[in-house]
Amino acid sequence: MRDRGGASHPLVELTMARFREFLREPEAVFWVFAFPVIMTCALGIAFRSRGAEPVIVGVVEQAGAPALRQALEASGRFTVRRIEPAEIERTVRDGRAPVVVVPGTPPEYHFDEARAESQVARLAVDQALQRAAGREDVFAATERPIDAIGSRYIDWLVPGLLGMNIMSTGLWGVGFSIVQARTRKLLKRLVATPMSRAEYLASHVLSRLLFLTLETVVIVGFAWLVFDVRIRSGVMALAILAVLGALSFGGLGLLVASRARTIEAVSGLMNLVMMPMWVLSGVFFASSNFPEPMQPFIQALPLTALNDAMRGVMNEGLSLAAVGGEVGVLAAWGLVSFAAALRIFRWQ
Amino acid sequence: MNGLDLEVARGECFGLLGPNGAGKTTTIEILEGLVEQDAGEVEILGRHWRSDRAELRRRIGVQLQETQLNDKLTVEETVRLFRSFFTDGLNVAELLDVVELGAKRRSFVGKLSGGQKQRLAVACALAGRPELLFLDEPTTGLDPQSRRQLWELLARFKADGRTILLTTHYMDEAHVLCDRVGIMDHGSLIALGTPRELVASIGAEHVIEFNVDGAVPEETVLRALPGVRDVRARGDAVALATSELHSTVPALLRYLGDRHLALSLLSTHSATLEDVFVSLTGRQLRDA
Repeated sequence: MRDRGGASHPLVELTMARFREFLREPEAVFWVFAFPVIMTCALGIAFRSRGAEPVIVGVVEQAGAPALRQALEASGRFTVRRIEPAEIERTVRDGRAPVVVVPGTPPEYHFDEARAESQVARLAVDQALQRAAGREDVFAATERPIDAIGSRYIDWLVPGLLGMNIMSTGLWGVGFSIVQARTRKLLKRLVATPMSRAEYLASHVLSRLLFLTLETVVIVGFAWLVFDVRIRSGVMALAILAVLGALSFGGLGLLVASRARTIEAVSGLMNLVMMPMWVLSGVFFASSNFPEPMQPFIQALPLTALNDAMRGVMNEGLSLAAVGGEVGVLAAWGLVSFAAALRIFRWQ
Repeated sequence: MNGLDLEVARGECFGLLGPNGAGKTTTIEILEGLVEQDAGEVEILGRHWRSDRAELRRRIGVQLQETQLNDKLTVEETVRLFRSFFTDGLNVAELLDVVELGAKRRSFVGKLSGGQKQRLAVACALAGRPELLFLDEPTTGLDPQSRRQLWELLARFKADGRTILLTTHYMDEAHVLCDRVGIMDHGSLIALGTPRELVASIGAEHVIEFNVDGAVPEETVLRALPGVRDVRARGDAVALATSELHSTVPALLRYLGDRHLALSLLSTHSATLEDVFVSLTGRQLRDA
């Protein structure tokens, strides 16, 4: 045991200093802990499983309208709204009704081709009217609605939110404090001591692990208590992925903050790095929505790797070995950015 | 900076003096190994930054002018952090006692007064029991009592046989603390010696300052007064450097009386390093 005059190893002291600094910043605590929980809660409520909801249909008030309304209401799947002829376009555009029917022989459908909801409503209306007019179905398929835990939207969403949170707190948490230390000339003061530079950078990444434990427990715990979200491959597998993700984004945070001299500059860089991943990496909607030629790029993003791996572990019951590709992508991002940050870091 | 050539002996307290922008901070940061010099050689404790960086970092203590320590940490946590970088030195509690911050150890850095922050910065600089302590303007912006407190602290460090190199633009500070001073202006060393030698070098031990209402006397007339070595006029205010206070003052009063010029101010003081700077550069330190 070396004499450090009552202090611990510098890596421990640096990590603890970083941790304390964070906890004593109430705003930071709010954005890291309270905000993602509020977000999970709000999204969970918005996308909770509601079963089959009635489709809203607008019917234009003119000759033939009462019969048409009756035919739709008889099927039990529609809520009918009466529309004036002048209001057709506005009704569809504002989304008050995804489809508007003008009575006639044959009837006329007004809908928005670009919106899935509108298309589905059109198909449902068409089917109901065709049946009412006497069409016979060729066969009746057996329907099995899926509402099992692990396959609901909330099950898909929670790993994405967790991944997004690990990314943003990793980047902000590391980047902000580094740039602040640089502008306050604290970095310059520290390099005037025998402190190891690698240890200083490592302490930022390590302190992330302490927050990460808290963040993950809060988000996953909340999703489990309120929405009954489960982790099929066990807590340990998810914990390992979360740690790996935090280290990886911590390294990326160091790289982003390695040269910036002002908070404004680093904020811009952070957004530049995070924005594409928010959109492309499958946080709110699947990344498979993007065209095939973009997929290799999207799959190489660290947030895509983290989200996919966490979804595999939480929802599909995959083992860590089965998500090995994603694990490799995350580890590579972390190592390369840490090494690059250490090389190009501006200490003064 | 150009042609700076100086040597500081072990156990000495050396002060670099000069106005803001004279190059003091650049000089001290080159010595601290934080800034690379374009040319020339620096040797610290018989070592060189290029080859013995790690060893030098362990053996020197540094306080920088603009460092703001982390406001969200307590005094004790800050000292612990800096102490953890060294494997030799006083323990954390002793360091806090040395800078008289023991009672404040649980206070947040952000809540400290200017003087307490500076003493904390010195505690961090002392963490590794340095043989050589660098201080860049340690008392700038402090109230008189805080400055005195810091001076006493540094005097104790020096009494321990350790070396101090400090920069300041306070001449009284240099007088109190330093064995030798170097005066800098525009990146060059313009004078070097003990405070006593430097004051003696201007050849006048006293300075008379006076203001007259109405016409300012001719400089040539004043220069001819007995004992006067130097004359400086700034607006209505005139300063005479003299080696013979007892003969210059009566002669000046007689001269002014004969011409019915009324004095609005008259004061004398023993020459200081401030006067040395004025005599060397023709400018006051504070507005240089």
